[in-house]
Amino acid sequence: MDSLLLLEQALNGLTLGVMLFLMAAGLTLIFGVMGVINLAHGSLYMIGAFAGATVTARTGSFALGMLAGMAASALVALALELTLIRRLYARDHLDQVLATYALILIANESVKIVWGPQPIFLGTPEAFGGSVEIIPGVPYPAYRLAIIGTGLAAAAFLWWLIARTRLGMLIRAGTTHRAIVQALGVNIQALFALVFAIGGALAGLAGMMAGPLLAVQVGMGEQILILTFVVVVVGGLGSVRGAMAGAVLVGLVDTLSRAVLPVAVREVLPPSAADQVAANLGAVAVYLLMAVVLAIRPQGLVPRHA
Amino acid sequence: MSCTRRDLLGASAAVPLALATPALAQSGPIRIGMITTLSGPGAALGNDIRDGFNLVVKNAGGRLGGLPVEVVIADDALRPENGRAIAERMVRRERIQVLTGIVFSNVMLAVAPVVLPAATYISANAGPSQLAGEACHANYFNVAWQNDNLHEAVGQYVTQQGKRRAYLVAPNYPAGRDALTGFKRFFRGEVVAEQYTRLDQLDYAAELAAIRTAGPEAVYIFLPGGLGINFIKQYAAAGLRERVPLYGPGFSFDQDVFPAVGEDALGCFNSSQWALDLPVPANRQFVDTFEREYGRLPSLYASQGYDAALLIGSAIAATRGRVGDRAAFAAALKRADFQSVRGRFRFGNNNHPIQTIYMREVVKDEKGRIVNRTIGTAFEDHQDAYAAQCKLT
Amino acid sequence: MREPAPPHVRRGWIAAQAGLAVLVAAPFVLTALDRAWLLPTLTRMLAYGLGAAALDVVLGYGGLVSFGHGAFLGTGAYVAGALIHHAGAATPLLRWPVEIDGSLDALIAFPAAALAAGALAFLIGAVSLRTRGVHFIMITLAFAQMVYFLVLAIPEYGGTDGLMLPARHRLFDLPLDGDQPLYWVALVLLVGFLTIAQRSMEARFGLALRGARQNERRMRALGYPVFRIRLVAFTISGAVAGLAGAVLANQAGFVSPDLLSWQRSGELIIMVILGGQGTLFGPVLGAFALLLLEEELSAVTEHWMLVLGPLLLACVLFFRRGLWGQVVRAPAHG
Repeated sequence: MDSLLLLEQALNGLTLGVMLFLMAAGLTLIFGVMGVINLAHGSLYMIGAFAGATVTARTGSFALGMLAGMAASALVALALELTLIRRLYARDHLDQVLATYALILIANESVKIVWGPQPIFLGTPEAFGGSVEIIPGVPYPAYRLAIIGTGLAAAAFLWWLIARTRLGMLIRAGTTHRAIVQALGVNIQALFALVFAIGGALAGLAGMMAGPLLAVQVGMGEQILILTFVVVVVGGLGSVRGAMAGAVLVGLVDTLSRAVLPVAVREVLPPSAADQVAANLGAVAVYLLMAVVLAIRPQGLVPRHA
Repeated sequence: MSCTRRDLLGASAAVPLALATPALAQSGPIRIGMITTLSGPGAALGNDIRDGFNLVVKNAGGRLGGLPVEVVIADDALRPENGRAIAERMVRRERIQVLTGIVFSNVMLAVAPVVLPAATYISANAGPSQLAGEACHANYFNVAWQNDNLHEAVGQYVTQQGKRRAYLVAPNYPAGRDALTGFKRFFRGEVVAEQYTRLDQLDYAAELAAIRTAGPEAVYIFLPGGLGINFIKQYAAAGLRERVPLYGPGFSFDQDVFPAVGEDALGCFNSSQWALDLPVPANRQFVDTFEREYGRLPSLYASQGYDAALLIGSAIAATRGRVGDRAAFAAALKRADFQSVRGRFRFGNNNHPIQTIYMREVVKDEKGRIVNRTIGTAFEDHQDAYAAQCKLT
Repeated sequence: MREPAPPHVRRGWIAAQAGLAVLVAAPFVLTALDRAWLLPTLTRMLAYGLGAAALDVVLGYGGLVSFGHGAFLGTGAYVAGALIHHAGAATPLLRWPVEIDGSLDALIAFPAAALAAGALAFLIGAVSLRTRGVHFIMITLAFAQMVYFLVLAIPEYGGTDGLMLPARHRLFDLPLDGDQPLYWVALVLLVGFLTIAQRSMEARFGLALRGARQNERRMRALGYPVFRIRLVAFTISGAVAGLAGAVLANQAGFVSPDLLSWQRSGELIIMVILGGQGTLFGPVLGAFALLLLEEELSAVTEHWMLVLGPLLLACVLFFRRGLWGQVVRAPAHG
């Protein structure tokens, strides 16, 4: 396999990586600060995509759609936190898993009723319709570069938020010494709600950006959710920096193994069987990565107390 | 069901409810089961088949072949196990004797062993090679095509265009394998690669990178519905549209995808057993009424659903509604005594069509809409390659 | 010297025996009423009941939230299915290191399914049980996904299309065809497992498992090999789930990767919680309830998930005893 192709596939892996980061950052913050495992995080991704696609279709502006998607997911997240999730903080993880699993069922069915079972195929925004020769001789879709850019910008914003602001200080304190922050009289309820809304907005952003690459459809959240879990476990539960490392690693491993494996397997098997073997073993690679990381560093690559 | 005491009683009351479901009375409308794909990337296909079928029923005031019918519709979500469970319920519990509607061949193959011993199946889309060849069945009819047919036409056309190196992409499921088999049967050049993708795949970045590296003279895609929408858009965005011409069967280039792909599909050549502009009276009526009813142009899938309803109607009329007499019903179906929107149509020994396959080009019509224009005939009276393996006569 | 059983335990036995009587009578009653088409559904209910009861051993008694039991269910189904498939095609299942042929004998296939699923559970458990809480949930989920993709990667077994089975297994040379034979097999397996599990959960093993859930450190201090006890429970649980999978494969005549999916794992947990965790009979009731709900509601509305979702929420938030707790009026716990 030549190096240009490998480079192109690495860029594809990076695209997946930044999407996973947006998802994982929210998931891991919510776990880190509140100790809640939220299976419905994928539903926020889906809701952002649907709301964004609808606004884009109405207004013709992808940027407006993106804002609407983020706002919708943040609002839904906020509403969930206020009505349901806060009842779960004191519960065990089984109850959290079940309650948020129930939310997935409700979200999927509600979206199906509102938007119908058919997927929405969102166009690429005009400004990023073409391709850019970022690698000489290899025109690369501008939209994918825009995703990488947006993801990195979001990551920078998160870093600033957490490292440089008072809110960030509380979040950091909350992840390490939850009880003390509470004892200091910080309005912990408001902090939790805000963190949940931020997580929702990030998921909505990811969902909306994925729209033109994939399709806006019921069930899209669960596909990315499980990979997000892998990212979070690989990176270290509760650690945003870990989410970044894990996301890039998982994105690259997933894409590159799917790119390299077929070439190898095709040597020994007929095309249809080879592609079946390669595609699925490629998917296994990510989980294998997780098992290896857990065996060597059970606390994840960048544990939050580091 | 909840965990309260009262609801528990409600649950135990539900068993007698199931017990009380009456065995279908013989009087009343004839029930036709439609198992089709109405969610996920393949949803548009099932949607069009259903709408085409319902149009015939609606135009006739809720009747087929002069008798009242009820179409029972269920979504298989493109999952074979769902299709199988629905089929079991329809055939065993609801005792439906005529079924249709399945879009995808993997669902078809899973459903066939459940349905065929007890009911008659008329396929409006899926035409897996197995059911055309050795596993053909007296009670299984396909009113659309055998899977390979449209791909064979493009294989021949690409050869005629002088393209020598072709790169093939199809989903990894029975119809995808049939598709590339069909293409290769009539393509005389070199197949650079056969790329099989996941049936739910929507991101083709890896495949596009591989195509660019391979540098073929033609790319052939069998990617129905949403798969095709994404591939065609991403193909253009990756700057490949100007470099390598894209070919496909009508499944990748029809009215179900044009609104989403827009101009990215312009100039692509594709094959179909039907076309919007076929100068057949039945077709003009179909296209007009379809557009009036649903506010959009029909696709080839809609034409297949429409023809399936016409075919079933002809057999209901011929048997005076005795669809349970399976031998008589099958004999009536085999006569294909209906006005197909395709014009000439008949069944071969294996209950699959013998028909003309056309080549079409994606163009803009005078109203600025993106449509297919028929540019010629690939095959006349074309029969599938598996008919000889079928023991039916 | 035994204390007299508390009233809810006695009520539980009465309810269980009444349930058994109904299940034994069901095939005869349904056949007489010309409703035999309900039997396959009941068989599926029994099989899922078996799977849910198996999960209850680790989840309810052990407090280990396995989000990967679909992998064991599916593995059992694929092993049973593969044996039929290869017997039908007259090809070997395995050429290396030893040659294994397909088999239509249920006395070979069902134990093989349990053995394979148990071995898998042993491997997954050996890694996963070193973690706690959320980690355990996510890791079992991830391993189940790994198994899912590994099975999809085998071209011989149809990938996402699933594997069609040309026949059912035979028991003592009698084919398990028709509605009744398989129903009886499923019922016997379920009753057998419940009997054994009920006993062992009251015995030293069960007490140790429950003790480790309450206070792991104390059990360790008392000299119990907590990890090993959990691993044994996890392995047995996986093996029995595999057995349930073998029943499902025979019932459907079709094996689909859907059985290995995380949604299936989630449904097994729902069955346990709906019925009442740590009761063994409860999860069986939960399985019946969930499948009945699906069967009846999906006939009424395609949006039946919109009923199930809120119901599940209500269960988690307000009715933590589950269905079985309501039946036997057990005192609330947990």
